[in-house]
Amino acid sequence: MKPAWSVILLTTLIGAAQGLFLVVLAVDASRSAPRDFVFVSCVVSLALLVAGLIASFFHLGRPERAWRAASQWRTSWLSREVIVLPAFMAMLAIYALSGSPIAGAVAAALCIALFVCTGMIYACLPFLQEWRSPLTLVNFFLLGTASGFTLSVPLAVLFYPQFAGPLALGAFGMGAIAWLARIAALVRNARLRPKSTLATAIGVDHPRIVQKAQGFMGGSFNTREFFHGRPDRVVRASRWAFLILVFPLPAWLLGWGGGSLQAFVAAFALQFAGLLVERWFFFAEARHPQNLYYQAAS
Amino acid sequence: MSKKQLALVIDLNVCVGCHACVTSCKEWNSAGEAGPMADENPYGKDPGGAFFNRVQTFEVGEFPNTETVHFPKSCLHCEDPPCVPVCPTGASYKRAEDGIVLVDYDKCIGCKYCAWACPYGARELDPREKVMTKCTLCVDRIYDELLPPQDRQPACVMACPTNARLFGDVHDPESVVSKAIREGGGYALMPEWETKPANHYLPRRKTEYKE
Repeated sequence: MKPAWSVILLTTLIGAAQGLFLVVLAVDASRSAPRDFVFVSCVVSLALLVAGLIASFFHLGRPERAWRAASQWRTSWLSREVIVLPAFMAMLAIYALSGSPIAGAVAAALCIALFVCTGMIYACLPFLQEWRSPLTLVNFFLLGTASGFTLSVPLAVLFYPQFAGPLALGAFGMGAIAWLARIAALVRNARLRPKSTLATAIGVDHPRIVQKAQGFMGGSFNTREFFHGRPDRVVRASRWAFLILVFPLPAWLLGWGGGSLQAFVAAFALQFAGLLVERWFFFAEARHPQNLYYQAAS
Repeated sequence: MSKKQLALVIDLNVCVGCHACVTSCKEWNSAGEAGPMADENPYGKDPGGAFFNRVQTFEVGEFPNTETVHFPKSCLHCEDPPCVPVCPTGASYKRAEDGIVLVDYDKCIGCKYCAWACPYGARELDPREKVMTKCTLCVDRIYDELLPPQDRQPACVMACPTNARLFGDVHDPESVVSKAIREGGGYALMPEWETKPANHYLPRRKTEYKE
């Protein structure tokens, strides 16, 4: 699949926002955290959600009709996401202003629902075998929560310094779990055998079929939307890049960065950059069966 | 099974790969009520645009025992279309009365999710209108009572010089398409995804030449 920057930004930004909110809510519920810490964290979370929402509009050919996307919630996970995202933003804002535990609980339920909707958009497509796995949901949840956890540490340094240490430890642990789960998905996908072949695509039962023409010499939607268009070495390099950026580097900064604000900000920046690469790879790795029909121009 | 399901049956044994179905499809659907399909830079270096139908060519086997298969490809109007339930706006739908899968161009937001959900790559985003487009089985032709009855067929079927394209109701066991599927060994593409394509293909056949 072709990685779309609009969708990469949407999923990584809202993932970090959701993770940050869950961490702050948990801290606020278990101990009386300073009001400033909770409020500023919620504002940061909301800002990330707004940024993600704006990015998502760039994915649409007809953004002025986006409101229509709320209508098919009975069947479409995309439609459900379109409903749950603004609902979560609204409850998050109410919680930030009122501090009401009920608003917090409702926002948390919507936050989890949003993770499920986002993950299912990809996991529900049966023939995109790389995405068709519970690990897709698990990784959207874990990677989002890990990045939100890391983001909570510099915020704690500013507004809740005595709790920055435990949060850094939590960010370290969550990062490790997310990293391992992502590796599990890599291992799973490396073993996949494509169910569709040229033989099933054109219905000719023969082991040797070669495309000689795809029907046109120029490009088309089919040759652009479903191919990442980069050499294999770029895809392999991106995998190594995100594996290092998502956990080992930020973990080192969290644990051995001297506990300074700059080190924690850098830890989040590196991890977020890693997640952008991770999401790029997530799309590039997925092989759409329609590509079987577009192997040779002539 | 009782309701009507219109579909094409494409005979790979007689398709000669002339692309007449491609050009007649483009011509008819550029003149219809939805307005012209994008046809960008048609005589330039990098021609683009949207098409509902393509003819591809595959070579099967190893020289000298090779066989050339010309393979027309358009929306298969699946009986269980994976592109329909994923649409967030309801623009993508399957008609109850005749099984044609259509896009309401006025509701489509161009999110491309339906194209991701189609294993066949049957949908193309119109690069100018920014909405998803696909084969309509010439829905604006086949019911047009101003046309003589024999012309109420999809443009691609009308254009085919070898009669490789048949059109009819695959749920009516006595229709020309049902008979062709039954007697000619008609098959569906990528059966592994259980989309139940309504369009079927007839396989290449060995013809014995007797002196």
